[in-house]
Order: sequence, then C-alpha cells, then structure tokens
Amino acid sequence: MTSQSSTEYEKYYVPEKSKLAVCATIGLILSTFGAANVMNDMTFGDGASTGSWGIFWFGLFFFSATLFGWFRIAIKENIAGLNSAQLKKTYVLGMFWFIFSEVMFFMTFFGALFYVRTLAGPWLGGEGEGGRMNHLLWEGFQFQWPMALTPQEAVGGVASQPIANMGTFQSYEQSMAFSEAAAWYLWLPMWNTLVLLSSSFTVHVAHMGLLDGNKRKFNLWLGITVALGLTFVGLQVLEYYEAYAHFGLTLNSGIYGSTFFMLTGFHGVHVIMGTMMLLIQWLRSVKGGHFTADDHFGFEASSWYWHFVDVVWVFLFLFVYIL
Amino acid sequence: MGAHHHGPAKGLSRWLFTTNHKDIGTMYLWFSFSMFILGGAFAMITRAELFQPGMQLINPAFFNQMTTLHGLIMVFGAIMPSFVGLANWMIPMMIGAPDMALPRMNNWSFWILPPAFLILASTLFMEGGAPNFGWTFYAPLSTTYAPPSVTYFIFSIHVLGLSSIMGSINIIATVMNMRAPGMTYMKMPLFVWTWLITAFLLVAVMPVLAGAVTMMLMDIHFGTSFFSAAGGGDPVLFQHIFWFFGHPEVYIIILPAFGVVSQIIPAFARKPLFGYDSMVYATAAIAFLSFVVWAHHMYTVGMPVAGELFFMYATMLIAVPTGVKVFNWVTTMWRGSMTFETPMLFCIGFLVLFTIGGFTGLMLSIAPADFQYHDSYFVVAHFHYVMVAGAVFSMSAAVYYWLPKWCGRMYNEAMGKTHFWISFVGFNIAFFPQHFVGLAGMPRRIPDYALQFADFNMISSIGAFIYGASQILFLYNVVATIVAGKPTSDAKTWEGAEGLEWTVATPAPYHTFETPPQVR
Repeated sequence: MTSQSSTEYEKYYVPEKSKLAVCATIGLILSTFGAANVMNDMTFGDGASTGSWGIFWFGLFFFSATLFGWFRIAIKENIAGLNSAQLKKTYVLGMFWFIFSEVMFFMTFFGALFYVRTLAGPWLGGEGEGGRMNHLLWEGFQFQWPMALTPQEAVGGVASQPIANMGTFQSYEQSMAFSEAAAWYLWLPMWNTLVLLSSSFTVHVAHMGLLDGNKRKFNLWLGITVALGLTFVGLQVLEYYEAYAHFGLTLNSGIYGSTFFMLTGFHGVHVIMGTMMLLIQWLRSVKGGHFTADDHFGFEASSWYWHFVDVVWVFLFLFVYIL
Repeated sequence: MGAHHHGPAKGLSRWLFTTNHKDIGTMYLWFSFSMFILGGAFAMITRAELFQPGMQLINPAFFNQMTTLHGLIMVFGAIMPSFVGLANWMIPMMIGAPDMALPRMNNWSFWILPPAFLILASTLFMEGGAPNFGWTFYAPLSTTYAPPSVTYFIFSIHVLGLSSIMGSINIIATVMNMRAPGMTYMKMPLFVWTWLITAFLLVAVMPVLAGAVTMMLMDIHFGTSFFSAAGGGDPVLFQHIFWFFGHPEVYIIILPAFGVVSQIIPAFARKPLFGYDSMVYATAAIAFLSFVVWAHHMYTVGMPVAGELFFMYATMLIAVPTGVKVFNWVTTMWRGSMTFETPMLFCIGFLVLFTIGGFTGLMLSIAPADFQYHDSYFVVAHFHYVMVAGAVFSMSAAVYYWLPKWCGRMYNEAMGKTHFWISFVGFNIAFFPQHFVGLAGMPRRIPDYALQFADFNMISSIGAFIYGASQILFLYNVVATIVAGKPTSDAKTWEGAEGLEWTVATPAPYHTFETPPQVR
C-alpha cells in the first residue's frame, strides 16, 4: 500500500467551471417541453398550431449542438493528455453502467411482452383463475399469439364494448411472425438479422485491426459496419412501410401492434444512435487521424454499444418474430 | 491545471457553471429543502381539509391533485435529491477523492431537476388541473381518465429519471474508481457503502420507470393498448411495472438513511460501529430482495395464490437483514459513552420510529391480513413512519452532524434539540392515530370521511401542523448558523467522529484531497 506515495500520483483531471451543463439543460428541457406541447395539441387540442414544433426542434438542435461540443471538448482534453489512466477507467465504468441502464429499459418492454403472452392474455381469454371475467366483459374473445382479434373486436367493436377505453383497436391482417411469411426469402426480419449479426462481426474485425495498429483495416471494416447499420435501418423502414401499407399492422392493432412497434421501434432508435456513434468514430479516424492501438475509448465504447443493440435484436428476433 | 489553488468563482456563474462537488451538493440540498417545503405545504392543505369531516376548504378534485403532488414532490423532489446532495458533499471527502468522477455531468444531473419540477408544479395552473391519480399513477386513472397535464407529468418523470441515472453512474464511478490508496471496499464508511448499493438500484430501476411512463404516453397519444384490456393489454401490467420500480425505490430512499445513521450513532456512542461486515451484507441483501417483492403492493389486485405466497414470504425475509441492522445500531450504543446532541437525538428517533414502521410493514406483508389493511390509512401511517421518521429524520441528523464541517460555524444546540422534540412529538401526533383509523377502515386518498373517524383526524391534523411548523425552526436554525453561527475551526467537530472528512480543515476548503491521503 505504501508503494503509491502521493508524489507519484497522477492528478485526476477535474475540469474548470463549464457552461456545458446549463446549455444541455436548456436544450433538453425545451425539447421535452416542446414534445409534450406537440402531443397535447394533437390529442387534446383544437388543431390550432401553438408553435410547439418550433420549441421542440429548437430544443433538440440546441441539445445536439451542446452534446457535440461536449464530446469535442472531452476528445480535445484526451489529446491534450489531461486524462490519467484513472480517468479513463471512469469512462469505462460510466459506459458500462449506461449500457446496463439501457438493458433494464429493454427488459421493461420484454417483461410487458412476456406478461401479456403468458398471464394477462390467457386470463382475458377466459383461461385459469384469472379468466372468470371473460364472459362478463369480453365474451367470445379467445387468446392467441399473435393476437388476430382484439377483445374489443370480439365483443363487436367499440360501440358494444362494456367499459371505457382509449380508442379503437383494430387487429392486423397479417402479422410479422415467421409463420405468416409468404416465403422465407421474402421474410425481412431474417435479412435484418443477417445484416446486424454480420455488423457485430465486422466491428470486431475493425477492432482487431486497430489493436494491430492497422488503421487501413480499421477504417475499411468500420466503414462496412456503418454501411450495414444504415442497411438495417433502411430495411426496418421498409418493414414499417409494409406493416402500415399492406399488413394493416399499426400501433392501434391491440397489444400485438403495441409490443411489436415499441420493441422494434426502440431498438431501431438505438441502432440509429449506434450507427451515428460509429459513423462519428469513422470520421474521427479517417478525417482526424484519431485513435491508436492503445488509446481508442471513443471507438471501444461505441462498439460495446453496437454489440449491445445486436444482442437486443437477437432476443427480439426470437421473442417478437419467431416464437 | 497547475498547482494553483482556486476558490469559488464570484456571483451566479459559480452555481450555474460549477463542477465542484461541494457546490453541487449544496445546490441539491437547498433544492430538496425547497421541494420539502412545497410538498409539505400541499400536505398541510390536505390535512386542513381533513381536520373535520365534510368538505370545507377545497373540492375533491383539488384534494386529489394535492395528495398526488405531495407524494411526487416528496419522493422525487425532496428525499431523493437531498441524499444525492449529501452523497455529493460527503462521498469524495469520505473516500479521499478530489471530486466526483464526472464533474460536468454532475452539474448537469442537478440542473435538469429544477426545470423538471417547475414543469410538474406548473400543471396546477393548466386546463384540467394537475395530475390527480396519486403518486403511484395507476392506469387507467393516469391514461384513460387522466387530465391533459399528464403529458407534462410524464416528461418531467423522464427528465428526473435521467438525472437520477446520471447521478448514480457518477456515484458508482466515484466509489469504484476514486478511493484513496488503502481505502479498500471493506474499509469504506457505511454511508459510502449504502450509497454504492443505492446507486446500483437506481441504475437498475429508473429505466423501468421510464419504460412505464413511455407506455402511458403511447397509450394516451398514439393508440397503443399496453394498459387497456380492450386491445389485449392489462391495467395490472402497469402496477407490476410500476412496483418493479417502486419497491426498489423505497430502498433507494431508505438505504442512504441507514448509511447516515451508521455514521452518526458510533460518533455519539464513542464506539466503533458494531458488526460493520454484517451491515454491508445486510444492505446488499436488502437490495437484492427488493427486486423480488414488488407485488406485495398489489395483493388485492387478483393474483394467483402462488404469486401471493411467493411475494408474502419473500417480503417477510426482508425483516431479517433489516433486523440485523437495527440490532447492530442498538448494540453499538450498548455501554457506549453516549451523549445526546441533536444529530444523535434524530438518530435515536429514527431508530425507534423506523422500527415501528418496519413492524407495520411486516403486518402489511401478510397477504391475507393485507386484504383488510390495503389502501387504508394504516398504509399511510406505515410509510410515513419509514419515509418521514426514517428518511427525513436521518436527513435532519445529517445536516446537524455535518453542518459545522460544511460552513465552519456551529448551529444552536438548544434550537436543534427543540427542533427535534417538536418534530418527534408532532410527527407521532400526526401519524400514530392514522394506524387506528386505518385499522378501523378509513380509506386513504379521500377528502371526506365517516363521522367516527373525526376525533383521530383532528388530532392527526394538529400533529401535522406541529410537525410542519417545526421545519420552519429547522430552516431558521440552518440559515442562522450559516449567517451568524459561532465560528469553529476544529477539524473534528464531534469528539467521537471517525472518517477522512474529519481530517480536513473546518470549514472544508473548496478543494479537498487533490492528492489522495494514505489510508491504513
């Protein structure tokens, strides 16, 4: 314990006072306040525009610009040599626990899916102890997954529904499940899985290249990863278009539509964020010449994030599309 | 960053742009106290209405808004930020770190809180009124039947969840990465340990709360049916998700309080904490169990019997590690050379009243009995014994204990003791009778009640006013100390106090431990 005396201690960098936090706060609060206004205008308003979109977009722009500046400063500090080994460990811990919080966020939606599929759904359909209300409230509703007929439709639509509700829930014509696909090679989720799994592989190859000090290999494979990420987003957009235009599958399609769009939608948002993170690392490497074999945490954190969205997709593929 | 020592900047920019853990801790503490006063004012309004049966002062709709905002503001605005403020001030000083691990993010975690609560409080003036569905915001009250202001409520929950997650990541990184050489995990002060475990809980469950309010948002505005049976969803799903967050949340509130008490009792008993290791393991056990007991809040919702039994037994298990803690505190005092300064009085008050709250919790954990107690004033009495006499008492103790270190001035002991005794007496007058009216069948969250509950409610209201008034004395004492308290420069304010925070000068310099101390 005496080996590390205070004279050899490498100072932990504590930044001077900074406007970043206040700017980020302004951006965040304006964008959330604007978003709340937009939604309330849409649902409860009389259709009159109140300039809410302006608040939202201004806030979001301000927020993004602040974050951009924030990361820029952090990178510059690292290049200037301010970051001790101890501070770098802080970044590792921070990223790890951030990803853990994201895991818990997805767990919530998976939990909702499992709860509905194994407990609440069968009860609504009259099975087991919890099913005794079926003949009073939702007579004729039988539970199956994917849910081809909502309880509301089973009792004859919203007009004959016995209790209050938040709207009309119209079931889809075709679900995204593998069992309903026209042919396996036409089934988009399979292609999406291939794209995303291979992107996890390519980002790993890029990392290997960087560890070998081979920046050409790194740039090439990281570029391929970004391209695969964009391909995935494109395919996902196509899938949503198909769902709305041809499958009759929307957010209003009962709990199947709710869980499908929320799980795949939040995953999609995370893929977009991950792609942007990797794209920025690619630009930093190609344009800025950043990253060495032993100092590349920006890339490493982005690649962890990328592996995380990939793992989430594996579970999505299994529980939303196949089973 | 040379060796130059720099003090705080001048003026408002010191607070807006600061990266200093002490400044940020101070802001958290003042913010949480102002929220405590606001939430307390709402409670006073409900108690004034409940002073007599019948409707006197406010209408039932407004009463519901008051109980809702009281709960939300006290939980998310008063208690949680107060302990985050304490963590900011004390953790770096207790483990010998120069600051929090991520100082700029630390400032951001704080600054998003005030506007989030401003938005939440502004719902009072919106069309349709403020949220009126209780702090637990059960669907469909918070979806199908909610006022339009629910959208602002949802986004403010999102923002303060973000604040909690960032704050917790900061605390985890600080504790795991920035301990002084020789400060092994099992040498850390208990307050640091309890906060480390609390931060894990926060990172684990705040995203779940975010998921729950996101589902509400989608149900309200975008036609999904998570909590609507008509589309195949289930309102009970909301309760499961909420309490998966909500039960760990109550330990998030109480674990740092345990930490505070574990610091203060040894100081005034002049003995080391009894059973340090078992305290750490008990804290970890409580945190683990908090994830598998959530449905004890919803015994009457219609769960399968197997579920009721599982959650009942798992809940009872929590009494074991909690009992370990209570006995350790008592044993620490056993044959100690005790003195009873204000922080110690609050800790002993905590110990007695928290134990009562723990026992009523044990009563509520019994599923068949809970069918009688559920949603009655017995529950209100129970959780105020753990929230107020638990968390708030320990917070008061912490302020008196560390205030001399923070500002280099001694508070007025007589006034501090008066604050304690008025709080203690007022609190018990307010909440003890609620056990009786609850067991007799008075439901919670109602503005009017049957005549047989009148006497106890009047006593309860008088006690609440006394307790509320005693907080004004607290505020006065703290402000008077900061402005004109007797200056002290003793590094160790309390004879029996242990820990690195008592090795630095008093008042604590703006930067402490810029080079880490050696811990043996």
